[in-house]
Amino acid sequence: MNVLLDNFALFRHGFIGTVVLTAVSAVLSLVLGTLVAACRVSPVPPLRIFGTVWVTLLRNTPLTLLFMIAVFVAPQILFPGISYFTLAVSALGCYTSAFVCEALRSGVNSVPLGQAEAARSLGMTFSQTLRLIVLPQATRTVIPPIGSLMIALTKNSAIAGSFNVAELFAQQKRLSEIGYNILEIFVWIALAYLVITFAISALFRLLEHRLAVAR
Amino acid sequence: MSAGVLFDAPGPKARRRNRIYAVAGTAAILALIAFVVLRLQGKGQFAGYMWDLFQYAGIQQRIEDGLVATLKAFALAAVGSLVLGALLAAGRLSDHRAVRWVATAVVEFFRALPLLILIFVLYASVFAPFWALVLGLTLYNGCVQAEVFRAGVNAVPRGQTEAAYALGMRKSQVMATVLIPQAVRSMLPTIISQLVVTLKDTSLGFIITYEELLYAGRLVASNTVTRGGYPYVPVVIVIGTVYIAMCLALSALAQWIERRGRRSRKGVVPVPAEADAVVAQAE
Repeated sequence: MNVLLDNFALFRHGFIGTVVLTAVSAVLSLVLGTLVAACRVSPVPPLRIFGTVWVTLLRNTPLTLLFMIAVFVAPQILFPGISYFTLAVSALGCYTSAFVCEALRSGVNSVPLGQAEAARSLGMTFSQTLRLIVLPQATRTVIPPIGSLMIALTKNSAIAGSFNVAELFAQQKRLSEIGYNILEIFVWIALAYLVITFAISALFRLLEHRLAVAR
Repeated sequence: MSAGVLFDAPGPKARRRNRIYAVAGTAAILALIAFVVLRLQGKGQFAGYMWDLFQYAGIQQRIEDGLVATLKAFALAAVGSLVLGALLAAGRLSDHRAVRWVATAVVEFFRALPLLILIFVLYASVFAPFWALVLGLTLYNGCVQAEVFRAGVNAVPRGQTEAAYALGMRKSQVMATVLIPQAVRSMLPTIISQLVVTLKDTSLGFIITYEELLYAGRLVASNTVTRGGYPYVPVVIVIGTVYIAMCLALSALAQWIERRGRRSRKGVVPVPAEADAVVAQAE
């Protein structure tokens, strides 16, 4: 009896669920992370404090707790009946955004001081300095850590499975409850995750090569 | 600070503009907090009868038991992951190719797997929830710690090894008396940051019905009926505060050690935990 062939529809459903969940949360975390990073380096103290608090709190919160907040507290604040998928995306997106923010910030910090100073002394404005000098160089150092963060996000998305989102872990749990041998299921689920994480790391390696410059 | 080079010291016009942004930003943040608090209050979440349950000795006991269970799993997993990390790091740095390959394969395999999947497999196959959680955490975090140790040993300047060999030390002596002390010193902040991750991940026990803090909280909330329904919000607020306080305390320890190490002039300088842990911590 082959677990994969017998339950192919279930596996496919779970695989697509994980991919979609990861992709949507990734977009949310990148957007939020960029905004928070902008707050953290801005010259306006209240925004800087907000950014620091956001990052410190989220980095020290277990993701499972964040899911519980999303499932039990968020509907009370907004309105009941938000789909579990949306709640999972917001929990994963907020959690990862704190790490994205730190990766972006250390990327900008890695650009040598002289570069920005030279740009300023050539008479470039703030936006020109950022657009033409700092960000192009920061992007290159930021891409590998962002890639690792996206892989971590894929692995973290498994937690959504126990909060009623149909993805790979949920299917593993379901098949194990039906009575299939857990080790057989495990091999296929692990393989599915490896496919996704390899695809992400290949994508980011490609990006790195595309953006690489000979110095 | 990147902000220093990105823009000039603000002039009178920019200062005025910044002040406007500051007022607008503060107002927006306060409005958001007020919205959350008012909505929760509107739903009666702050009413006394929703919080009454924390006065019962039985419920206090349950939460305390949950906290102890969390700390027990964390303590065992922390010790286990440090020991396993040391062994795997020694394996990866070995001169024998076979040992190196085995250690590398183990590290790469467990790091690539979602921790929850691993813990669930252990739980569903043979182990009791407690041991499944501890073993899963040990395997995963041990592999991450191994990479941290290895990076630390590799970061010790080559001249140190060469000098030790030139003095006639054996391979094990070089490792034990020269490399490891310096590696641990420089990597201590990162090691502790990874311990924070271990502490955070004990909450995965919730999913395999191990009665740790989150699970105890959920049980308490779902077994108590008040006039305003199940007290999930008060319980999440209390339990969440405990969790975040524990993690913050451990993170603060890492930062303190890092600052303290930077003060000293001799030996290798501790690597800031932020640099590599930023990525590792997300996992």
